[in-house]
Amino acid sequence: MNHKRTSSYVVRGDGQRLPPPTSHVGWLGAIRQSLFANPTNVVFTLLAATLLLLIIPPLLRWAILDAIWYTTDPTACRTIAGACWAVVAEKYRVILFGTYPYTEQWRGALVVGLITLLAIVTAIPRCWKAWLIGLWFVTATLCTILMFGGVFGLRYVSTASWGGLPLTMIVFLITVGLGLPLAIVLALGRRSELPVVRMVCIGIIEIVRGLPLVSVLFMMIIFVPLFLPSELTIDKLLRALIGMVIFFGAYAAEVVRGGLQAIPIGQYDAARALGLRYWPATARIILPQALRIVIPALMNDIIRAFKNTTFVSIIGIFDVLGATKASMRDVDWVRYATEAYIFVALLFFIYCFSMSKYSEFIARRLERK
Amino acid sequence: MLVNKDIAVSIEGLHKWYGDFHALRDINLYVGRGERVVICGPSGSGKSSLLRCINRLETHQRGDIHVNGIKLDSDIDSIREVRQQTSMVFQQFNLFPHLNVLDNLTIGPVYSMHARPIDAKEHALQLLERVRVLDQAHKFPGQLSGGQQQRVAIARALITNPEILLFDEPTSSLDPEMISEVLDVMIELATTGITMIVVTHEMGFARHAADLVVFMDEGEILEAAAPEAFFSRPENARTIQFLDKLDLAVAS
Repeated sequence: MNHKRTSSYVVRGDGQRLPPPTSHVGWLGAIRQSLFANPTNVVFTLLAATLLLLIIPPLLRWAILDAIWYTTDPTACRTIAGACWAVVAEKYRVILFGTYPYTEQWRGALVVGLITLLAIVTAIPRCWKAWLIGLWFVTATLCTILMFGGVFGLRYVSTASWGGLPLTMIVFLITVGLGLPLAIVLALGRRSELPVVRMVCIGIIEIVRGLPLVSVLFMMIIFVPLFLPSELTIDKLLRALIGMVIFFGAYAAEVVRGGLQAIPIGQYDAARALGLRYWPATARIILPQALRIVIPALMNDIIRAFKNTTFVSIIGIFDVLGATKASMRDVDWVRYATEAYIFVALLFFIYCFSMSKYSEFIARRLERK
Repeated sequence: MLVNKDIAVSIEGLHKWYGDFHALRDINLYVGRGERVVICGPSGSGKSSLLRCINRLETHQRGDIHVNGIKLDSDIDSIREVRQQTSMVFQQFNLFPHLNVLDNLTIGPVYSMHARPIDAKEHALQLLERVRVLDQAHKFPGQLSGGQQQRVAIARALITNPEILLFDEPTSSLDPEMISEVLDVMIELATTGITMIVVTHEMGFARHAADLVVFMDEGEILEAAAPEAFFSRPENARTIQFLDKLDLAVAS
């Protein structure tokens, strides 16, 4: 090779391909980089390790090693230092189904199974077809029949006896299923050019967002009957549901509004220039784009709505948490309420964590497009 | 008032304000059927506002606009009628990003004019072939180049069989090498006898395809002439200044 000029930054000969230094490969390298990269890092690693050593062994001992898993005799639990998981086996029927008639509780179990199954199907993007909406209507009808009974030889069960997990799921689904459309209507109304529509929507959104959910529920229970003729009574569960739907709708409306505001003005221009009327333009062009933007934020509201279902227990409706609390009035088992609440917490965690992971998946999928 | 079958757009004594800002001042313009009018002028001169008044994307406060004899006022039905007889091509294309190219075209006829989806699709494919993006029919706008997107937008504008085409700086956001592919389509359109009103800085297009070149500044029409006269014998001082600047830009 005869270069006229050889500068120090020009490669001479073959640049060798070297393996990375041993301190940066394999599990040892990974540990070194993530736990012992620098002095501060080392200090925090040691602190965290100490904390874990202090917490985990006693927790394990209490929850597993010293625990009693099954007994029908509550006094057997008194002699041990560990957890008494037997309380779950003893009370799970009340926890899961509340005051629903004992012999009919298979109906509630079926409702939970149906809804969970359909929720899983709904989560699969490939199933997002028109038939899915139909399937939801069929399932809703089926669940209504199962819960109420009174037909096909099923015993009638009034909403006053409903409780537990089926109730939690029904409250959740109705809150989201009716709350989302309400949110869309409120968000569109808030941006309407008609002053009356706009003022009404702003009023509803701001008033409801300014109130705690508990007070919205109390208002529905106590105030609504005051405005109605005395012979007309609305079911307590229904009143609570109306409160939940409005509360969810008002919050989600602001999320949807954020999506609407993110749509470039040119999209509205193009739709109007094509001669599209308000509703076709909104339904076909604006909303699909706006909702896509806000799906991750909406998922957040939806997860919160699942946890908010527990508020209905305050007005005497026995959702899973309310039913658990009620089941712990049993003096023999009340000292093991912690274990029962941990069981319910796990139940909530499974549903909420799945939804949270799912929303991450959806967000990634949307980003790809 | 001029009521004439040969007049596509008549604008008389038009004024428009944005708040206190007097954006359009006493605009008078008649566009004959089949005529091609180019509107040029510095940015902020009101040329886009004027164009957007013609299909009422902007509202004017004083004066009259008639499109195909339909008077534009707050009456919703006449606005829709005007929008069905006109089409607009935008600087930023404004394609619908969540719909593929084919659906971008068919949504107008299907949901605004109640065309049968199958007819709209057939018409759409013909138009995509005409603007030479047929092979992109099932892609989404985001997957296309700027030039391809603008040609799709032109096809979308044509699918409603408009009598009047409005172009709002159709090449201003395109890379230089893509401008000609869009201009070629526009020049081809100019030979079909459709009425075109084009806001653009492409003086080459004005020179070759326009019947009338209008120069605007500060919300007023300062000069309106056939291209030959407009470019060789501009009368207004500001027109001359504007053309000089364009020449300099081209030369550099």
